Amino acid sequence: MKVVYTDNNATTMVAPEVIEAMLPYFTEHYGNPSSMHSFGGQVAKKIDSARQQVADILGADPSEIVFTSCGTESDNAAIWGILRANPHKRHIVTSRVEHPAVYNLGKYLAQSGYHVTELGVDSNGMLNLNELADAVREDTAIVSIMYANNETGVIFPIEEIGAIVKQKGSVLHTDAVQAVGKIPLDLSKSTIDLLTLSGHKLHAPKGVGALFVRKGITFSPFIIGGHQEKNRRGGTENVPSIIGLGKACELAKKFMSEETTRVKQLRDKLEDEILKKAPDPRVNGHRTQRLPNTTNLSFEFVEGEAILLLLNEKGICASSGSACTSGSLEPSHVLRAMGVPFTAVHGSVRLSLSRYNTMEDVDYIIEHLPPIIRRLREISPYGRETKVKEQTTRISARI
Amino acid sequence: MWDYSEKVKDHFFRPRNVGEIENPDAVGEVGSLACGDSLKLMLKLDKSGRIVDVKFKTFGCGSAIASASALTEMVNGKTLDEVAKITDNDIADYLDGLPEQKMHCSVMGREALEAAIASYRGIKIEKPVEEGTIVCKCFGVTDNKIVHEVREHKLTTIEQVTNYCKAGGGCRSCHPQIQAIIDEVWQKEKEKAIIESARKPVKKLTNIQKMKLIQETIERDIRPALQSDGGDIELIDIDGDRVMVSFRGSCVECPSSKVTLKSTVEAKLQEFVADTIIVEEVAS
Repeated sequence: MKVVYTDNNATTMVAPEVIEAMLPYFTEHYGNPSSMHSFGGQVAKKIDSARQQVADILGADPSEIVFTSCGTESDNAAIWGILRANPHKRHIVTSRVEHPAVYNLGKYLAQSGYHVTELGVDSNGMLNLNELADAVREDTAIVSIMYANNETGVIFPIEEIGAIVKQKGSVLHTDAVQAVGKIPLDLSKSTIDLLTLSGHKLHAPKGVGALFVRKGITFSPFIIGGHQEKNRRGGTENVPSIIGLGKACELAKKFMSEETTRVKQLRDKLEDEILKKAPDPRVNGHRTQRLPNTTNLSFEFVEGEAILLLLNEKGICASSGSACTSGSLEPSHVLRAMGVPFTAVHGSVRLSLSRYNTMEDVDYIIEHLPPIIRRLREISPYGRETKVKEQTTRISARI
Repeated sequence: MWDYSEKVKDHFFRPRNVGEIENPDAVGEVGSLACGDSLKLMLKLDKSGRIVDVKFKTFGCGSAIASASALTEMVNGKTLDEVAKITDNDIADYLDGLPEQKMHCSVMGREALEAAIASYRGIKIEKPVEEGTIVCKCFGVTDNKIVHEVREHKLTTIEQVTNYCKAGGGCRSCHPQIQAIIDEVWQKEKEKAIIESARKPVKKLTNIQKMKLIQETIERDIRPALQSDGGDIELIDIDGDRVMVSFRGSCVECPSSKVTLKSTVEAKLQEFVADTIIVEEVAS
């Protein structure tokens, strides 16, 4: 069956060059990088060059890169690492639209005796920076705000956020899992103290991530064990994946201009055509402060899981923030935080492209998505003509 | 990705009876846009009260659409009395099962059908389960509704309750209350079960055990009551399930002793020994 993969914010195809770079480290070069013999030592050298490749895409120093097992581990390591290093500070600031790795950790910390301030967003998914300035206190150990939103692609003004955090004397962590490889970053002149990235979002395999920890930041290791990663993360290195991540970062740097031009053009065409052809659509999230590859669309009066099932039948892979796909009964916490109207909040579809997508893919989706929405509208008891006098209070009370 | 049966997929991809009926005889509407799913069911009946046309419109996920489509097939051509017996499980079974987390889709089907029947019969939604106190504020689910689902589907966890009626699927602040309801229902059931098991032996009795139990029951539960009225009873013989007794004392003359024989003696023996016991009065 034809497969059109437009779910790249969920995971990406591993680049063939990445697989090629990894393979020898499953076969002949299986040594332990911590070993004294040169059989292991040559692997350690290769990890150093992977660390350099990761540092290069971030504009960081290799000594500031800690390899981890995934984005979620990096987020946990950053937040716990700062909290443990600053036990007298019991307050953290985060947002209501974070990825579950930070969002649910915040909920956990709030239940564990920490004070947690969750910043809200407006209908475009943007933060109010005055609210942030008011929220950061003397005992704020860490501010954790994502770089770009995984559902909507909305990019936060992270340097402005960092300036406020610095002025207040706190530490800034950002989950940049969706940003790295899609937009240029330069940490050499940045206010970011800690940054999370994940391999499988930029064409490296699943099971590897990294945490940038700026020189001079006091940080306690999250996983305690051996002396690996300069005592910042215990555990034998996932050598092939780390080498894959290095290669993927090198490729991402090379293709960066393509992401922000050709991929963006594909996304813009896809979005514009769907908005013209499908009934009652809307874009969720800021139209310009946004990742070049992501579009989050809602179609009023229809439900997201049904859309995905019909897309799936055509071989189109996408995601939805609808309740039925989230595994809970509530639609996406991001769309609810943005106050997306209840007529549209259940009918969202996220299409996220990569450099492997083509104009042909985009045309195929433009051909098939609008009829799917019309088909579901025929089944739906609601529509424009429906007097919608639903319990709006119920939705807003829940957020 | 949900693991839907082939039948669910079939009804989702090719839903039957989508649309609306002009001047329907019965309409049932449940759910809402805000809640994430809803179903509007319309019925047309002939003079004898048989469903001759049925149409639906659904806002919801794949299994919500499939459940509604299946329901229309299940009710078409039947009388209201016949379709009133359809349960959530019947709808799920018709679709070769639904994922646990999607059982509320079949519940929505049954509720729309109930509402349609009520509208036809002019009953102003007589739904005792909907009354009560709201427990889940996110989805507006009452305590009575939760008790109903817990009993009906033998639910033991909050997650299951959420799967069947959505209660607890939102902000989760009602989880302690839902747990308390589950505990209360099963505590009561447990107490009932203990009483039941004390009353009736589960295993099939041997003849000796049965005779002993009959004797014990007469001594413990029947004679004291009769003696307090100046009467008495004597066990004469047992032949299979036939128990032969003879009245004594004031019972002999009592005009209502025939009633006592059935309503007290036989009833007690059926309760404590076996349902099949027949008591006969014989001359001593």
